[in-house]
Amino acid sequence: MSAIDQRAGDENPNHIWFEARRRIFPKAVKGSFRRLKWAIMAVTLAIYYLTPWIRWDRGPHAPGQAALVDLAHRRFYLFAIEIWPHEFYYVAGLLIMAGVGLFLVTSAVGRAWCGYACPQTVWTDLFVHVERFIDGDRNAQFRLAQAPWTPAKIGKRIVKHAVWLVIAAATGGAWIFYFADAPTLARQLLDGTAPAVAYVTIGILTFTTYTLGGLMREQVCIYMCPWPRIQSAMLDERSLVVTYKTWRGEPRSHLKRHELPDHPESAHGSALMELAADATGTARLGDCIDCNACVAACPTGIDIREGPQIGCITCGLCIDACDAVMTRIDRPTRLIGYTTLVDEKLASTGAPVVPPLRRLLRPRFLVYFGFWASIGLAMLFSLGNRSRLDLSVIRDRSPIWVQLSDGAIRNSYTIKVRNMENRPRRVMATLSGLPGGVVWNEQGDRKLAGSSVAFFVDADKVAKVRLFVAAPRHGEEHTDFSFAVRALDDEASHDRQATVFERPEDER
Amino acid sequence: MVDRTRIDEPTGTETVGHEWDGIEELDTPMPRWWLLTLFGTIAFSLVYVVLYPAIPFRHSASAGVLGWSSHRQLAGEMTAEAARLAPTRSALAQTPIEMLPANPRLLVAAEEGGRSAFKVHCVQCHGSGAAGSKGYPNLNDDDWLWGGDLAAIQTTLTNGIRQPGNADTRMSQMPAFGRDGILEPAQVRDVASYVRLLSGQEKAGAASARGGVVFAANCAVCHGAQGKGGRNIGAPNLSDSIWLYGGDRVAIIDTITNAHAGVMPAWGHRLDAVTIKMLAAYVHSLGGGEANVAPPTPALTQAPTQTAAADVGN
Repeated sequence: MSAIDQRAGDENPNHIWFEARRRIFPKAVKGSFRRLKWAIMAVTLAIYYLTPWIRWDRGPHAPGQAALVDLAHRRFYLFAIEIWPHEFYYVAGLLIMAGVGLFLVTSAVGRAWCGYACPQTVWTDLFVHVERFIDGDRNAQFRLAQAPWTPAKIGKRIVKHAVWLVIAAATGGAWIFYFADAPTLARQLLDGTAPAVAYVTIGILTFTTYTLGGLMREQVCIYMCPWPRIQSAMLDERSLVVTYKTWRGEPRSHLKRHELPDHPESAHGSALMELAADATGTARLGDCIDCNACVAACPTGIDIREGPQIGCITCGLCIDACDAVMTRIDRPTRLIGYTTLVDEKLASTGAPVVPPLRRLLRPRFLVYFGFWASIGLAMLFSLGNRSRLDLSVIRDRSPIWVQLSDGAIRNSYTIKVRNMENRPRRVMATLSGLPGGVVWNEQGDRKLAGSSVAFFVDADKVAKVRLFVAAPRHGEEHTDFSFAVRALDDEASHDRQATVFERPEDER
Repeated sequence: MVDRTRIDEPTGTETVGHEWDGIEELDTPMPRWWLLTLFGTIAFSLVYVVLYPAIPFRHSASAGVLGWSSHRQLAGEMTAEAARLAPTRSALAQTPIEMLPANPRLLVAAEEGGRSAFKVHCVQCHGSGAAGSKGYPNLNDDDWLWGGDLAAIQTTLTNGIRQPGNADTRMSQMPAFGRDGILEPAQVRDVASYVRLLSGQEKAGAASARGGVVFAANCAVCHGAQGKGGRNIGAPNLSDSIWLYGGDRVAIIDTITNAHAGVMPAWGHRLDAVTIKMLAAYVHSLGGGEANVAPPTPALTQAPTQTAAADVGN
């Protein structure tokens, strides 16, 4: 019997290969974290939908849209900043800042990105609210899911998915406005003359928004997103995480659902207070009444009382849910709360807890912050000092040199002068460091050539100019020299690029 | 092999049964929608097989109901490109080549078209950078046997060099002075000395003095008394630094003895007029191009200023 057969024989017949999805109907909660999430949702969605519509006057030679990724002309505009393709390191710098920023935020406040600002979270939250508005809260949704397919249920489902699709289409629709003049494109979209790529992009983003935000939801966070896996390496025992304070909650008093009071002032409420007071006695009972409010509120369907886990996006909704219950049974709030694992251990022994802000002042946070801030400052400095005239020189390598009839040697160069100002400029390119050298361009003539040539560069354009340089036959085989360009209307705009002049090997 | 799978206590999940230094792996079940994506890809492949060429047969493949093929796609793209270029080509066809410099956009388009045509038809002899080699002229320099303005280059391209049966072909023939016994070997060596004196490669001496006499009698009729040559008959300038067949003593003696007569096809028979115009514009742009000359008077050249606008776009 081979090993494979043997293994097959030993296979657990109850082994589950694929797991059916557990439906989650998160319960609506009220509280400070819910309000924070509302505020962040309002701000992020407003930024996303409104930014393309902000105008910014850049004169006649550049688009008047504040935030524009002009792929056709390879320009990136953000308010007063214009980025050219060769300045892409600014974008790379922003991406590095975003990466380090995630480390920074994670080391300080855990998965705050996941819980509040991640687009998956924000849009899922929006979709969940739409669902709640149409189908009702958790229990109503649960009943509706179990109910037979009556016309009322079909109607509700149609309305829900239609609203989701409208939101998804609006999301895709807003995206494309970052890539073209928004008012023009909006008109084109309406009368059907927009480019096909615009409709295709809207279609794809509608599909992904609807699928990821409406249908997949927590599945994205739990199975698809790499970030939760990276988180486990980023978090440590001094990071703020949503924590169930076991020392306070356990052992749980298993109150039945009907025993929960509707109002704290009721008779049941005072009975509960007695029960809670009793908890301070020898037969101590924890504050957790096992009401499952935290589980019901969780958008990823986990039980926070099992400890930190990959499914927890730290949205804080369980804190709100638990606080409401704690208030009703007149116990201190924040049985579930943001705390560090170190503080949780300190608190369990009754030791004083370090305030969260003081927790930030530790080397790890400061190093991340310093790194993050220095990249930002370096980019700002570089942005403020960049020259709006840029030169690059390409030496023609075929042929390396040309013998001229009077004995001199000619080399050819293709220079690219980038005029990054929004006005046409006259530019002068000058040879420096090439003895006896003269330079002329295709329109010029060697007989009239001197050590510099001048030409126009259109507004916000690259001029590609072929330059011919002639120098006496005798000299170094490789002579280092440089081209310098300066704008004639602006002495501050200049650039310089080193290159080499090649001569034939001396046969003597 | 012992099956070590067990249920992990904290998670309630079965392990895969391996263990390395105490580290075990959970056999967490995949979500079921993941399996559905696998079925989705299978469904996609079935649709693809029906729509596109997919199943290989012995000499061909299944056609696919869309009728797509890479050849057809290429043909479509080539047709679209030809249609895109049609206005430029017709503008080029209508513009006399002397008028091209007055239309910078058209000139640039012609140069770019010529650049690609050059790579197909010309690089075999003139080299990819048009630098030529011994016997094949360097098109980058400022020395032209038959003229270096746009019209002259176009004429040379159209009619070729030393093409029999073409009335307008560039034709010149230097006698093989040594091989045919017109000059004695000693006279050939003297003329070589004189030619090297003309081009500043040798100092004056007895040999070059004797050679000068022979030169005046035999060579000056074509090359001129000062050895400056003449473009109307394609006689090379012997006083400059550019030598098609080499400027050292041995090479010059060989040339005087045997003569050389390179040929170039008459491209007018092979290429359309627009392509030739583009090739002429490209060759002209390589650095040695000369300004237009009014046909009868070769003296007057309109020298453009070196500061002329070079508004070549992005």
